[in-house]
Amino acid sequence: MRVPIGWLAEYVDLPAGTSVEDLDTAFVRLGLEVEEVHRTPETTGPLVLGRVLEIEELTGFKKPIRYCQVEVGEEAPRGIVCGARNFAVDDLVVVALPGAVLPGGFEIAARTTYDHVSDGMICSVRELGIGEDHAGILVLGDVGLPPGTPAAGVLGLDDVVIELNVTPDRGYCLAMRGIAREIGTGLAVDWRDPGSVTPPAWSGEAAWQVQVADPSRCDRFSMIAMEGLDPTAPSPWWMRRRLTQSGIRSISLPVDVTNYVMLELGQPMHAFDRDAVRGPIVVRPAAPGERVTTLDGADRALDPDDLLISDDSGPIGLAGVMGGATTEIGDGTTSVLLEAAHWEPTGIARTVRRHKLPSEAAKRFERGTDPEMTMVALARAAALLAEHGGARVVGSPVDPDTRDPRPAIPLHAGRPARIAGVAYPPSQVVEALSAVGASVDGDGDLLQVTPPSWRPDLTDPADLVEEVVRLAGYDDIPSVLPNVPPGRGLTDRQRSRRSIGRALAEAGYVEAPAYPFVGTAALDALGLPDNDVRRQVVVVRNPLSEEEPGLRTTLLPGLLATLARNLSRGQRDVAVFEHGAVFPGDRRTPAPIPGVDTRPDDETLAALLDAVPAQPWHVAVALTGNREPRGWWGPGRPADWADAVEAARVVAATAGVELTVRAADRAPWHPGRCAELLVGEQVVGYAGELHPRVCAALELPARSCAMELDVDALPAAPIPVGPPVSSFPPVHMDAALVVHQRHAEADVRKYLIEGAGELLESLRLFDVYAGAQVLEGHRSLAYSFTFRASDRTLTGDEAKEAFDRAIAIVGEFFDAALRG
Amino acid sequence: MSGANDPYDPKQVAALSPEALDAAVAAARDAFAGAADLAGLAAVRPAHLGDRAPVLLARRELGALPPAARADAGKRVNAARVAVTEAYDARLAVLEVERDARALAEERVDVTLPWDRTPRGARHPLTTLTDRIADVFVAMGYEVAEGPELEAEWLNFDALNISTDHPARSMMDTFFVAPEDSGLVLRTHTSPVQARTMLERRPPIYVIAPGRVYRTDELDATHTPVFHQVEGLAVDRGLTMAHLRGTLDHLARQLFGADATTRWRPSYFPFTEPSAEFDVWFPEHRDGPRWVEWGGCGMVNPRVLTACGIDPEEYTGFAFGCGIERALQFRHEVGDMRDIVEGDVRFTRAFGVEQ
Repeated sequence: MRVPIGWLAEYVDLPAGTSVEDLDTAFVRLGLEVEEVHRTPETTGPLVLGRVLEIEELTGFKKPIRYCQVEVGEEAPRGIVCGARNFAVDDLVVVALPGAVLPGGFEIAARTTYDHVSDGMICSVRELGIGEDHAGILVLGDVGLPPGTPAAGVLGLDDVVIELNVTPDRGYCLAMRGIAREIGTGLAVDWRDPGSVTPPAWSGEAAWQVQVADPSRCDRFSMIAMEGLDPTAPSPWWMRRRLTQSGIRSISLPVDVTNYVMLELGQPMHAFDRDAVRGPIVVRPAAPGERVTTLDGADRALDPDDLLISDDSGPIGLAGVMGGATTEIGDGTTSVLLEAAHWEPTGIARTVRRHKLPSEAAKRFERGTDPEMTMVALARAAALLAEHGGARVVGSPVDPDTRDPRPAIPLHAGRPARIAGVAYPPSQVVEALSAVGASVDGDGDLLQVTPPSWRPDLTDPADLVEEVVRLAGYDDIPSVLPNVPPGRGLTDRQRSRRSIGRALAEAGYVEAPAYPFVGTAALDALGLPDNDVRRQVVVVRNPLSEEEPGLRTTLLPGLLATLARNLSRGQRDVAVFEHGAVFPGDRRTPAPIPGVDTRPDDETLAALLDAVPAQPWHVAVALTGNREPRGWWGPGRPADWADAVEAARVVAATAGVELTVRAADRAPWHPGRCAELLVGEQVVGYAGELHPRVCAALELPARSCAMELDVDALPAAPIPVGPPVSSFPPVHMDAALVVHQRHAEADVRKYLIEGAGELLESLRLFDVYAGAQVLEGHRSLAYSFTFRASDRTLTGDEAKEAFDRAIAIVGEFFDAALRG
Repeated sequence: MSGANDPYDPKQVAALSPEALDAAVAAARDAFAGAADLAGLAAVRPAHLGDRAPVLLARRELGALPPAARADAGKRVNAARVAVTEAYDARLAVLEVERDARALAEERVDVTLPWDRTPRGARHPLTTLTDRIADVFVAMGYEVAEGPELEAEWLNFDALNISTDHPARSMMDTFFVAPEDSGLVLRTHTSPVQARTMLERRPPIYVIAPGRVYRTDELDATHTPVFHQVEGLAVDRGLTMAHLRGTLDHLARQLFGADATTRWRPSYFPFTEPSAEFDVWFPEHRDGPRWVEWGGCGMVNPRVLTACGIDPEEYTGFAFGCGIERALQFRHEVGDMRDIVEGDVRFTRAFGVEQ
């Protein structure tokens, strides 16, 4: 809502010296957020009203040019050349005299042009910085001031417009009427309500036949008829100026009047060309299959939930949203039907959404208008059309009004104090509610509060509390810390998530959360088979990009895109991680939408919660380039599959569980370099080198690596038991075992550990060799064993016995031999 | 060698004379002092302390002395031996120190060489700032509550008093989920966690709910369709707006310094009544101290309490929510939202692991 201060001052006795900043502060305190302050760009030097005395048409130039004699309050008129043609002798115009500087540093001087000396310039609104129109010059109607009068005041060049962001509960502030009430109350000054007008008592035959078929959606529908409108009559300058300031284009007098009254009183109106309306007007829901062409030229298929204004010809308007083309006011319209109604807000909202047709009228109706204003607005519009367009009201108004009385809201006078923590005396509560426009009855503690007709948002005691606290001022509320009972701290799961992030960061990975949107292209790039469950995505109905309508089922598309983005920005060695929710889309039950009057019953609630799919928390890493950089110490170490697996171990370790690993074949990994990550027998993720085709598709360097793991699948870590720490000396022994390549090291190690028994304290693989020194197809695995007893010094023989047992078992199962 | 009962022959025992012993000690001292290094010292050692060294040979001659003279001579020999040993040890210590000093000098390195072998990782500042905020509340006794990002429409809207046709609902720029009757949305705020918490627990409730939320805004310097909020909710007997202000002021001080405070502007949220937006006084803003818009807050609307099965006559509650991106922007002087969301490692590394 744009509020021209000059207009506001018509209703509110702003104290002398009230600055824009003062108003800004007052608006904000009242809960009307100031979005922007608009000022007209500056004009300096002589800018005056001029009356056109003579027009000489100059010919022989590329375009028609006029040489005008313009009276500007001096002894003699001035000769001014003008290229516009939208004015006539006697018109009042705005003249910038030599020495004036218009917005944009446009300096005016007497100069010769088209063979004549032009002693000034006749201005358009665009040149004056007060509008966009440059099709012609600005012609003022009769403003009651003589030529030569400085024009700045008439033009309102110094008027400032404050643009407010009005919250959806306060539709009444989408009109000067509501703004005047707020600012008058806020500044505690006198103000006048432009809505407190008693419409004249028109008499005669009813203006039109009207029937409201669905009073539940339209409880008041008011209409008057007018005749004798001069279709050429222009809108007065001040009206055009205020519409422009409010961001509304001037169209024609009848349209401008309806818009102006809407801005003034908050009541949207519609003007029908009376001669185009066929038969009685009926307000009714659309019939199936009906269509209407609205004023914007769109032909719209209607829904039976759309409310219509119709005549014998069919729909002539979408009620409360937009009029129809067939009854539109045209250049020759002399006779109009003016309509102002009160619509049920949610129905309007549905029609707006359905037809994607937001309008200034609908914006107000959706928020709720003041039903008392329909006749007031018609009277105001009639007066303006009579004054500026020569029209007169014919017959008597029609005004079917089926409203129920507004119920009073019971309010304990102490409630605002109880909610705010500020001791408001009951008198202050009553005063504040009266200032809002409510009528307050009742004695003692329990008040009966009837909200004003323009405040449909006030329905509950809590709403009234807010009004009291708001008008008293939020600054009065003290700052007190509540006594919070002791809590349990973070849960293990929450702690674990933090540890995972910290551990990966400390291991050199940079956290990079990505948007969770995916498309088929990204899943294709990963090489997922058609039946891969990760292709079953939850689909967003209104995605930002049609290319990415799905929600991720894996973190990899986003993370690999981040990796690629970093590379494209010149990074070479990148290791990134993300942890967050994924959205499996393989399960569907619609979530019920219960009522809100009570808590849903347990069964409904369970169904509701159950319909929300589980969204497991995953962690993923992606890395490429050197894991350890090249430096003065020597060459770098390229990131490889083992780093990805190690990242998984880091994650598992922080979560307090042990991972085991086995070979797997799963997209998007290299089939020979993919590790399946397990806890016990449960697969929790995968790690390894990416498939060469995936690297190529994503334009990643060859041998880029990745890991992804389902954190939620990790079992809760048991409470660790402190192991006995032996202080007896260890025995170290090494062994190199030659085994066939087909045997996984993890399996060999498992058997070595089993075979060595409980004397084995640790086992470490320190070398892997394949080559000329071992059998073809085999490799040598070199291990270092540490044996130790908890209760005695281990003898060499004891250790040797355990060692031999380990070697023997592995020899038996894997056909392994000790390497010489 | 003299036999035990041989007659005393002073010539034979000349080695035991004080002069001879003094000379041996002096010779040893000279030799040790002349050794330039440990190897040199080792080379001269046998001549003065070895089996054939004069002081040791002299000791053997003691037996040739008559018993009366033996004690005296024994003392002399011992003294001489001790003197030689001490001279040796002293020189040895000096040479060892010299050797060590030389070795340490030779082992000198350039300690300014970089050792950036382990790449530096980092947590995203959205994460660390979220944790920091959560910790402020956990320290007060709040618990961290969670809810899903893909959320039931009822919890995101209806339960929060945002009915289907309410303008506030269409202003939320919601991502809807297929099919049309799924009843699911990408949550537009963390407030459904309020509803979940109240449906799950009985008062007193004090929870903080950080999380990721969604609105259909295109990414630009100041907007992102995917962003983060922290939601706070307290439901208890006797809670007032004063408690809400105290809580927000406390948060402001923890994040923005001891002089930080909050200012409220009346506003509208369907799930709180009264409602306010709050600004934070940020003394260390790069362009000078100022108020910065940060979040929304209010007293839980009794309708919401009712929909969640809590008696609004018995309990009151307050709630607040604020944007993490926004806090990051002004607390850390981040000018462009895109830097926060694009995952450029250069941006994130600047924040380290704990920020």
